[in-house]
Amino acid sequence: MSPYQGKLLIHGGRVIDPSQDLDEALDLLIEDGRVARLDGAIKKPKDAETFDAAGLVVAPGLIDMHVHLREPGQEYKETVRTGTMAAAAGGFTAVACMANTDPVNDSRSVTEHILLEAQRHGFARVYPIGAISKGLLGEELAEIGEMVRAGARAVSDDGKPVMSSELMRRALLYAQHFDIPVIQHAEDLTLTGSGVMHEGVWSTRLGLPGIPGASEDVMVARDLILAEDTAGRYHVAHLSTARSLDMVRRAKSQKINVTCEVAPHHLILTDEEVAKSGFSTNTKMKPPLRSEKDRAALLNGLADGAVDCIASDHAPHHADEKDVQFSVAPFGIVGLETTLSLCLDRLVRPGILSLPRLVHLLSTGPARVLGVPGGTLKEGSPADVTVFHPDAEVTLSKASFRSKGKNTPFDGWKLHGHPVATFLEGRRTLDG
Amino acid sequence: MTPETPIRWRRKDLLGIAELSPAEIELILDTAESFSEIGERAIKKVPTLRGKTVLNLFFEASTRTRSSFEIAEKRLSADNINFSTSGSSLEKGETLVDTALNLQAMAPDLVIIRHAHPGVPHMLAKRIKAGVINAGDGAHEHPTQALLDAFTIRRHKGRLAGLKVAILGDIEHSRVVRSNIHLLNKMGAKVTIGGPRTLMPVEMEAMGVEVAYTLEDAIRDADVIMMLRVQLERLGRMAFPSVKEYFQLFGLTTARLAAARDDVIIMHPGPMNRGTEIASEVADGPYSVILEQVTHGVSVRMAILYLLSGVHEETV
Repeated sequence: MSPYQGKLLIHGGRVIDPSQDLDEALDLLIEDGRVARLDGAIKKPKDAETFDAAGLVVAPGLIDMHVHLREPGQEYKETVRTGTMAAAAGGFTAVACMANTDPVNDSRSVTEHILLEAQRHGFARVYPIGAISKGLLGEELAEIGEMVRAGARAVSDDGKPVMSSELMRRALLYAQHFDIPVIQHAEDLTLTGSGVMHEGVWSTRLGLPGIPGASEDVMVARDLILAEDTAGRYHVAHLSTARSLDMVRRAKSQKINVTCEVAPHHLILTDEEVAKSGFSTNTKMKPPLRSEKDRAALLNGLADGAVDCIASDHAPHHADEKDVQFSVAPFGIVGLETTLSLCLDRLVRPGILSLPRLVHLLSTGPARVLGVPGGTLKEGSPADVTVFHPDAEVTLSKASFRSKGKNTPFDGWKLHGHPVATFLEGRRTLDG
Repeated sequence: MTPETPIRWRRKDLLGIAELSPAEIELILDTAESFSEIGERAIKKVPTLRGKTVLNLFFEASTRTRSSFEIAEKRLSADNINFSTSGSSLEKGETLVDTALNLQAMAPDLVIIRHAHPGVPHMLAKRIKAGVINAGDGAHEHPTQALLDAFTIRRHKGRLAGLKVAILGDIEHSRVVRSNIHLLNKMGAKVTIGGPRTLMPVEMEAMGVEVAYTLEDAIRDADVIMMLRVQLERLGRMAFPSVKEYFQLFGLTTARLAAARDDVIIMHPGPMNRGTEIASEVADGPYSVILEQVTHGVSVRMAILYLLSGVHEETV
């Protein structure tokens, strides 16, 4: 999608821009797809269109650094087109998509294909994440340099962990040539075994095989040691346990180059949901919904800075795939069209996070982790802007999702706060 | 024994013990008492469920439970049809939901289901109009087993409240232990579980039991000992090194029984591994009520079929 040619004045809103420490009533003037001015009471240029943002928050475009667009190969679950439509609908102007497609994004040609699709009919910026290992097999490095030259912004074998310590060490070393983060899906598969939910009171009651917190923790512990030795950029995807977060916090204080993301479902639901929902397969994802203690620790981490960003781990599946017995259903839920409302209602409304902190976690934070433009409304930067209502009532409805995936445990939830308009380089991608 | 205000059965399904009230449990046990006499007659058949159709869906191997249900159904004059895994459409790639919808189209009154995965009976119950009886879902629940165990205990001890019940063995993979814990706790018994640490699920205490890690500690002063089958197929998955070593640590022998009460009864849901979790001298000995459990299983399942079929409502 090309930048919007012309002028647009977004006026009367509360502008929150964590990159400039801004939180005040300002007008925003966009010219030819870039932020031209940010000021109090800008006089409308004669040839400008206007957007009345009274009562609304105007923020840098939200960035979801962990989504699965499923293209190429699994277009029945999602495509670049439907996935980015879902992004725009959810207030996101950029997404980073994981490499576990078919074929795997472990080569320049697949990276280029994804970017071409995004250019052709993307409703958001797409940052491909290349595979760490060829075929996600965890055996040898993929051609990371080639993928970065084609546009990849990070590497990850997400969906699978890098089990080999040696391969992980080499990835952390090699990725430094390109100044990109190595994103780990931290899970020791030998500890996970046949586990399908968090190992705890509820797996015990329900008789379902458990995935212990230690499955994540031993991998994070190992990787932090490797990150320290290599000085590589290490990023923990969908961090879900109290102990992993403690380790990341400690590593940060020791100047180890580590960042982490958490997913909204781990901040809002616990393992009890599997029982409460009557074995709903929309409570099955990896990492699994954890204990209340883990959830509470993650909330603390959001507030104190141990967590760098919130990412949805948007994982669309076909309804037929999820409509099976719990034990055999695929892991994952969609998140692009639920994240902002869930965070506003469950994090900001009860006072766990300030609005500026939430905006940081959803825009400036992920932009910094990925090292991409965005996450700012500074004059001259691309006019990627998200306008949202901070507390108006909304009911989440999977029937209205743009995503092909309807697999969400939040269908029918009444929440406060929702996206109203999304602008990608000044062009409207969501009409409120 | 009978509650002061007789309650009526209201549930469409029997999916687990966790959701039952003590009054509902008593209703089933009392109803089973009235059915038990039929099994002693020369002609073991009553017309109670004539014209009712019962489907027995066993997606996992079962001899005892399936035969028990079939006999219960036949004694009540229900028409029954059996499906088992081999040759079923599930093996041909049909999803469970489609199987359920097809079965529903045949308008059965009751569906008995056993499946290796927890939650499958619950999934089925949401999709079909027929009453669903859980005959064992993975390591989750096996409500009819817990009910027949309670029936057997009550026959011997006259009560459940205040008894000390020890349940020993492979706790992790046992649906029997989970249903029994729910039932015994609701009825006021005190449950101690025991077994190797490698087969003990985390946070068991949260289910309201005491946990012991030696056989002697677990059975001390026990009124009832339930032995669980060691799932030998799981050997080699690091749970324990050998059958020999398991028997040394957790095998029930006559010598070890001394720690329990003099009038202890020994139970086992079957199938038994003699010489693994239980010595033959105990299994066949004077304290054993293992075969009685099987007999009572038929009465208890007749009671459940009767209550869920709704015929008691139709005749009111």
